[in-house]
Amino acid sequence: MEDAGQNEGSTGAQRVKGSAVTREREGLPASGAPSAMAEGATGERPDGELIAGVLAGDTASFEPLVRKYQPRVFATARRYARRESEVEDIVQEVFLKAFRKLSGYRGDAPFEHWLMRLTVRTCYDFLRSHQRNREFSFTDLSEAETHWLDRFAASPAEASETAAAARELVAHVLEKLSPAARLVLTLLELEDRSVKEIAALTGWSPTLVKVRAFRARAEMRKCLERLAREKKL
Amino acid sequence: MNLTELQRRLLAAARAHPPPDTVPYAFEKRIMARLAETPVVDAWALWNRVLWRAAAPCVALCLTVSAWTYFAGTDPASPDVLAEDLESAVLAPFDNLGDSW
Repeated sequence: MEDAGQNEGSTGAQRVKGSAVTREREGLPASGAPSAMAEGATGERPDGELIAGVLAGDTASFEPLVRKYQPRVFATARRYARRESEVEDIVQEVFLKAFRKLSGYRGDAPFEHWLMRLTVRTCYDFLRSHQRNREFSFTDLSEAETHWLDRFAASPAEASETAAAARELVAHVLEKLSPAARLVLTLLELEDRSVKEIAALTGWSPTLVKVRAFRARAEMRKCLERLAREKKL
Repeated sequence: MNLTELQRRLLAAARAHPPPDTVPYAFEKRIMARLAETPVVDAWALWNRVLWRAAAPCVALCLTVSAWTYFAGTDPASPDVLAEDLESAVLAPFDNLGDSW
């Protein structure tokens, strides 16, 4: 959530079109929801105006919102699905749900927060609907991944964590975890979010987040034990 | 093998390289096209959904009535009360049949 402002600015910079004149920020509402009404650097209509337009029946006002936030949603979805077709399906589902539920957006928090909450829950639903496809063996590891593991077993210091094989390996391991474990580990360890943020994103209580985080780490550890056993390391 | 270290390394590797935020060309047009599609109401799907939603309450009701019937009929002082009552009620019109003839 802390980088919402940065993302908004960088996303706006990527979409420079037409005039390069930057308008000043308009007056903020008394409720203190700056991001809902703030404009991007490109001078596009503020989120609040676009949302009001959609709710008034102007469907075309939804397109600038999609264009603005789709990079962030795509990046999030790519943490939970490997195939690009699945990623596109998730993102499409997110925006369709956002359109249908837009009347539920109260405007007391930035629209991006509301959309990311929807995104995380859609990704979680995706993981749960695909959990039967999880296989529990590591026979499909590539040669590079096996080689990286061998190097780690022989000398941990020599196995670089910047190697592409390490990234592929962790993706394989995360795929074997249960949906809740994968979700909480991704949010906590990979996106470096706090327990409070995760609770707000998922709708779980902070206590439940902590319990699931503990179980997720144990589950990942068991997964790695199985991996070490299978590869005889 | 030091699994704790392996876990730490793998998570660090994933953290160091977040996924890209690239977007397929004209993806927003695809979303808008989906929104523009006229929704078709599938009556059978709707009916199916209603039936499934009613299934749980119906099962609960059946179990409640069954339990009530079972426990109501287990009074040792009157083992066949319900059966006798039913028989009396059904055959009541025929009790006085002989008199009318």
